[in-house]
Amino acid sequence: MSAGQETQVAVARYRIYVYAWLSLIALTALTVSVARLHLTTYAILIAILIATTKASVVVTFFMHLRKEPLILKLMLFVALLAFTLIALLTFSDVWYR
Amino acid sequence: MEKIEPIQTGHARDIEGAKMGMWVFLFTEMLLFGGLFLLYSVYRSKYSAEFHGSAAELDIVLGTVNTLILLTSSLTMVLSLSALQKGQRGLSLLLQSATVLLGVIFLVNKYFEWSAHIHQGIYPDSPVLLAMKRGNIIFFSLYFVMTGIHGLHVLIGAGVIAGMAVFTLQGKLGPDNFVMLENSGLYWHFVDIIWIYLFPLFYLIV
Repeated sequence: MSAGQETQVAVARYRIYVYAWLSLIALTALTVSVARLHLTTYAILIAILIATTKASVVVTFFMHLRKEPLILKLMLFVALLAFTLIALLTFSDVWYR
Repeated sequence: MEKIEPIQTGHARDIEGAKMGMWVFLFTEMLLFGGLFLLYSVYRSKYSAEFHGSAAELDIVLGTVNTLILLTSSLTMVLSLSALQKGQRGLSLLLQSATVLLGVIFLVNKYFEWSAHIHQGIYPDSPVLLAMKRGNIIFFSLYFVMTGIHGLHVLIGAGVIAGMAVFTLQGKLGPDNFVMLENSGLYWHFVDIIWIYLFPLFYLIV
């Protein structure tokens, strides 16, 4: 009984990873298709948006962030915030020079 | 029938500490690549026409194939961890080997890609490249530096996972000792994420 339950849980976990992988493949197909439309102005914005969605899937499922304690999620948030601030300061310097 | 032992709670703290250390290391890696992405953004806004023209030189099909290879290698990596945690050493070993193989195939593709550029005379400081406009020179410099450092990470990651495969074979890794494989996986997935951004920025902006 116990061993059977273990296997059930494991199968479910394998399946989640395969779904995550399928969504990553689908998003790759989407970003390539969108690039073929040559949407000059919004192309980069859409590409970054899709890439960030893919990165979130990798972090959430493959890197198991959804199962990590709150402190680790906060650490990632602070790291991303720090990078965002560095980026904004850099861009503000370039734009208003 | 062999009974599957639950994960020992006494080790939980060590596992959390080890993983946290890995994440902190990955944050420093994020800043390494982040700085390069900022350079890319600033120069792209300054030389957008040249960046579009240069990106057209890159092979979208090869870039897409390499994206699919790395995404699949991330799947085999995470499945190998699950298999090890369940005590299926053989399956885990097979999946680890598949991950290393996919990483090597990625690098082989990169080798052919770079060889084609070098054959055309495009490499850092080459006369052909230096004769181009400033924006083109910057694009290809960033291309070689960023995909080069990324490729180095793939090489290191594949080496580390190959080491994990040896440990698994020797029985040093198992259902009660998997944090090294998990941390190797974190590194591998991080390298995958970097490529997720490199791919559209260099191949898809034509």
